[in-house]
Amino acid sequence: MILQVQGVTKRFGGLQALTQVTFDLPEGQILGLIGPNGAGKTTLFNVIDGVYKPEEGRVIFLGEDVTGKKPYYLAKKGLARTHQIVRPLNELSVRENVMVGACFGHAGANLNTAAKIADEVLDLLGLAPKANALAGSLNVAQKKRLEMARAIASQPKLLLLDEVLAGLNPSEIASMVKTVRAVRDRGITIIMIEHVMSAIMNLSDRILVLDFGKLIAEGTPEEIANNEKVIQAYLGDPKLAERLMKGE
Amino acid sequence: MSKKFFQHTSLWLSLGTVLVIGLWPIVTHNALNRETAFTVLSAVALASSLNILLGYTGYVSFGHVVFFGFGGYVGFYTINVLGWNIWMAMLAGGIAAALLAYLLGVAILRLRGAYFALATIGINEAVRAFINNFAPFGGPTGMTLNFKVYKAYGGAMHALQLVFYIMVGLTLIVTILSYWVRTSKFGLGLLAIREDEDAAEVMGVITPSAKNWAFVLSAIIPGMVGAIFFFKNGTIEPGLAFPLRTSIEMIVMIMLGGQGTVLGPILGAAGYQAMRDYLLVSPLFKNLQLAISGILLLLIVLFIPRGLVGWLRQRYPKVRRWLI
Ligand SMILES: Nc1ncnc2c1ncn2[C@@H]1O[C@H](COP(=O)(O)OP(=O)(O)OP(=O)(O)O)[C@@H](O)[C@H]1O
Ligand SMILES: [Mg+2]
Repeated sequence: MILQVQGVTKRFGGLQALTQVTFDLPEGQILGLIGPNGAGKTTLFNVIDGVYKPEEGRVIFLGEDVTGKKPYYLAKKGLARTHQIVRPLNELSVRENVMVGACFGHAGANLNTAAKIADEVLDLLGLAPKANALAGSLNVAQKKRLEMARAIASQPKLLLLDEVLAGLNPSEIASMVKTVRAVRDRGITIIMIEHVMSAIMNLSDRILVLDFGKLIAEGTPEEIANNEKVIQAYLGDPKLAERLMKGE
Repeated sequence: MSKKFFQHTSLWLSLGTVLVIGLWPIVTHNALNRETAFTVLSAVALASSLNILLGYTGYVSFGHVVFFGFGGYVGFYTINVLGWNIWMAMLAGGIAAALLAYLLGVAILRLRGAYFALATIGINEAVRAFINNFAPFGGPTGMTLNFKVYKAYGGAMHALQLVFYIMVGLTLIVTILSYWVRTSKFGLGLLAIREDEDAAEVMGVITPSAKNWAFVLSAIIPGMVGAIFFFKNGTIEPGLAFPLRTSIEMIVMIMLGGQGTVLGPILGAAGYQAMRDYLLVSPLFKNLQLAISGILLLLIVLFIPRGLVGWLRQRYPKVRRWLI
């Protein structure tokens, strides 16, 4: 198991954002994480990568209890993530943004190596023509890809993707889906939060469903699409899931 | 010209500017020019140092003169009381400032934005008040150098000359330091912190230690400058060592030339000093110079927030690669 989340509970004041969330993630999989708005998906990422400390429970990453450890500790150990609301380093060039990931993340590269990694990853994400532009000058779709590039450049073992498809048009989604697959094929385990059902159903080996901070279902895409609770809580239309599975 | 040379253009430009200022009084054989050049170079050294914190890391210190004053006091004490030479005193001043920065950094670098800036003002005032009441440093009256001290350097004239050369050397060193930080992996981490500290942390930048090192590096040279400044001055007292005004002027210089660039603070400091000298001799502006600094800062922030070099970089993207 690359990641074990055990009984994690996170509160914001009176708000219970996560309640007793438990799951295991084997290496090499793509795990989908879905659920309605405000279900606690992003909060779960923030607990896993050390941005928030959970009130209860433990996070075990690569066999080590990393609960309450700082984000930079986890990054160096092999975790990388993207942000739902993009956080480009605006006044730095696109290449420099990616080099930050390569230098300070799990790759721990020096500047020369980082520049090489950056150029390779920018190529993979189709950002190579923008390498010298300031990150602040990119459009939203490009900034999403930059988030992804920075994370990949750190050569992580586990990658957390928070809605990298949101706001993209269908052709951009198709190319991003391809990229996610390519990343997984490099042996990187992935958890992805996504509202774009067709994509998540296609990509995921397994799916977790969060609702009001609780895990309400877990299974293969097919099992999830046919799960009564999930349909009620999230998918709404019972036929919707079926159609999604067929990729309509 | 080789690509490698071009890549370091801003370093050569910066060192060249410092050298021109340093050589000017030597070539002209003029003691008055030497005084002017000394003032300009110390401004360059202070501004370039603060730029490591303010420009690269994004933490605005309004009390940076505290390192100049503290280093000055420690250096002065080692000369006056312990009988050390100027080199050792300078080293002592630098180390004292670095230690102070390290301890302060642990305490206040967790504060962000305006809170950090306010804390730095408070610290400057607190250190000033402490020294005001610290008998070994002479309390409110400070200390005065025994004139005989200069004898070891062949008299006051020669001591002044030596101090000037040391100042040129320090300014060259701070320029190289600034350039090294800006182009190193460590510096990339600082820039990331400046742009988005939380994102930097998520990407693996060990922010507490990076910030603390930036703070220490930004304090060492000011401590050394303080030591030689007060050696040259012959007396030291709290009012001279910790003027809030100097802190603010350092910020104006950095903003004028371009925060976060190597060349910017050098040009900003030189330009600001030139303007200030002009204002000082003009009877009309003599009493208004601080007000004018304030207005200048306001105008910069409103119209060229990135300063001269930043503006050039923005206006001409082609120069961005080598003009840093
Ligand atoms: N820092 C915070 N302080 C207080 N409340 C928070 C904080 N972060 C999240 N919340 C709350 O916790 C709940 C879960 O938020 P979270 O962002 O994890 O949802 P999500 O599942 O990612 O939703 P979405 O699909 O809209 O991104 C929400 O009610 C949110 O308002
Ligand atoms: Mg979210």
